[in-house]
Amino acid sequence: MSKLPEIIQNHEEGIRSEWLKAMSTTVRRSDLMTDSEIQSQTRELLAAIVAGVKSRDITDLDAQAWTQTREVLQSISASRARQGFTPSETTMFVLSLKQPLFTVIRKELSKTPDIVFDELWAATLLLDKLALLTTDAFLETREQIIFRQQQELMELSTPVVKLWEGILALPIIGTLDSARTQVVMESLLQAVVQSNSRIAIIDITGVPTVDTLVAQHLLKTITAARLMGAECIISGVRPQIAQTIVHLGIDLSGVITKARMADAFALALQRSGRAVVATQNGAGAKKQEAKKEE
Amino acid sequence: MRSTKRETLPIATSADVVLARQKVRQWAIEMKFTLVDQTKLVTAASELARNALDHGKGGHMVVEAVENTARTGLKLTFEDRGPGITDIEAALRDGFTTGGGMGLGLGGSKRLVNDFHIESQPGKGTRITVVRWK
Ligand SMILES: Nc1ncnc2c1ncn2[C@@H]1O[C@H](COP(=O)(O)OP(=O)(O)O)[C@@H](O)[C@H]1O
Ligand SMILES: [Mg+2]
Repeated sequence: MSKLPEIIQNHEEGIRSEWLKAMSTTVRRSDLMTDSEIQSQTRELLAAIVAGVKSRDITDLDAQAWTQTREVLQSISASRARQGFTPSETTMFVLSLKQPLFTVIRKELSKTPDIVFDELWAATLLLDKLALLTTDAFLETREQIIFRQQQELMELSTPVVKLWEGILALPIIGTLDSARTQVVMESLLQAVVQSNSRIAIIDITGVPTVDTLVAQHLLKTITAARLMGAECIISGVRPQIAQTIVHLGIDLSGVITKARMADAFALALQRSGRAVVATQNGAGAKKQEAKKEE
Repeated sequence: MRSTKRETLPIATSADVVLARQKVRQWAIEMKFTLVDQTKLVTAASELARNALDHGKGGHMVVEAVENTARTGLKLTFEDRGPGITDIEAALRDGFTTGGGMGLGLGGSKRLVNDFHIESQPGKGTRITVVRWK
């Protein structure tokens, strides 16, 4: 029968203070976590481990007796993932418990050296398992964070901007998945009605990928806007996107496209019978600018 | 063709399609594909991943860096256990769709890559393999 449960129970406080000392500064990361936080985390985890070893089964961490330990480790890993710790820093937090535990085992069993090795081995197995649990929980939280950020990006609302009387602009940033496109389309159509606009510029500079689904959504929006008396101009069509659209076989011949938003705006002004002209004062500035560009 | 690095990603939700695109872009950049080639690879991945999700009920994507005696390339495999494609020739035809799409995803992605290969068994699933060489 392993003496490990007894040893851990009897030396809980001693192990804990040695553990805190053994934690190197990289694991402590006092820049990310307060001292009281780490105090309470070590106390909580060690108490949970004591509860676990009481079951006398230190190999099967899936067992009921280890539920508390699993939960504590999960919450510690999760908070560390959010605080910006690296996976190895988080795992080292648990592994740095080895040294203090080994010291106590050797001291306690100094009279029975023949079983020291077995107990050290049992302690190693236990801590390695705890460390693996920690890593898994850490990675899971990280994945959740990434997933949530992605959802947020997808659901980013798209502002409809009034550029001029009768001219709207809709800069789209992010991935145009179907849920978001529905929102984009509705807000544009609504704004067209409200502002009685005749021209809408849809800028796709911030859309990383234009595939057939995105194109289909854009074409539907354009058709719907047309039915309401507004013409759409697509701007921000970069050369690589234009090439890809051609390879995909998407027919944009009925759509006005421009490489830059500025070109689209100039066209929109022209179509609505307006033009931007340099004033007397501005003429000099414009010449200078032209010179600079040369 | 020898594979030097590979990774598998699930395609089970719409967010996975986004992740698949990001992964392909990341690898294409690391392998120093030109911007146009990066865009072609990412767009083909987007089409095929979405097909695996929408028509094939989900599956996975394998990304591989490959090389032969002459050059290196990026190989993508999309595998699902959906209904399969009964008439591959028809499915490849531009404008053919059974789901209200544009019907340009298969034919289009074939034009965006160098090698394109479909294996499909009705009732069992579909595997589409594409390679773009540098
Ligand atoms: N992974 C797949 N599993 C089953 N059927 C597929 C799969 N991929 C494509 N298809 C079939 O081929 C057709 C054409 O695909 P595609 O060219 O991408 O057009 P779309 O997705 O717009 O319908 C689909 O409508 C579908 O019937
Ligand atoms: Mg498709």
